Amino acid sequence: MDALIEKLKGQIIEQLNLAEVKPEEINPDSPLFGDGLGLDSIDALELIVLLEKHYGIKIQDPKDGKTIFQSLRTMAEYIKSQGKS
Amino acid sequence: MNIITSYAHIKHNQVSVNGEIIFQSNPSLSLAEFLSEAYKALGVSYPKFHKMDAQCKLGFLCTEFALKETNFLLENDLSKSAIILSNAASSIETDRVHQHSINDESNYFPSPAVFVYTLPNITIGELAIKYKITGENAFFVSEQLDADLLINYTKTLLESGTESAIIGWVEVDGLNAEAFIFLVEKQKDTNKNAIFKPLNQTSVITLYNQTVWTH
Repeated sequence: MDALIEKLKGQIIEQLNLAEVKPEEINPDSPLFGDGLGLDSIDALELIVLLEKHYGIKIQDPKDGKTIFQSLRTMAEYIKSQGKS
Repeated sequence: MNIITSYAHIKHNQVSVNGEIIFQSNPSLSLAEFLSEAYKALGVSYPKFHKMDAQCKLGFLCTEFALKETNFLLENDLSKSAIILSNAASSIETDRVHQHSINDESNYFPSPAVFVYTLPNITIGELAIKYKITGENAFFVSEQLDADLLINYTKTLLESGTESAIIGWVEVDGLNAEAFIFLVEKQKDTNKNAIFKPLNQTSVITLYNQTVWTH
């Protein structure tokens, strides 16, 4: 799981152009939206694209996004649960 | 009386403020590299900058440099400030990036973060968000800097409630990248660093041609 989280950190920084954020500054349990990384609605769409592009996962119900993208760890857990890590 | 109080011009990997070159990078740097260097030279922290497309970055930097030594944001009612920009190529550069991402059906991953920049007036939106400016705005597409159009439109706004304005040209098309931004506000005792140019077409053309580029 830790390796997947580290991989996701790099992918998120690159895909979301978080040029001023270092991987070690991202707490895997902090919220991705709001107070955590401060991502916005466009970033949410980019995360959906990231899952599809890198892991072949299509989120069928957009409502699931709220749970999946709660934190880096919940994202990694979801990828694992889909057998795609 | 409304006057032009400050301006910035970015061209050939150089930044000029009120006619003086204040930053330049190696002419061989790509636009992306130059924008990154200029952002560092500006010395501000605005993480959203890194998410912008090249045109918004260019417009943002040019406006920041034009504002830097002024009290424009402190002394003007930003609900009565206008942003009026123009260019020739609309959002062509980002349009190309988006087109590239949807050319191949087997690798079809359009980026939402790219797509949102496929309109030129997004540059205005980025400035409005950064400075909390909520006044009038307009983006014009013309073959070249049209001082008559920009000044006439600005004067119309100034006669109907607008009190200050950020105006200019922000263009990115392949290797052609240029931004020219000038500030218009009421003449007052406090803007001592202002260049005090009258608001007319001659002033705009004079300022546009003022900088002596070194390469």
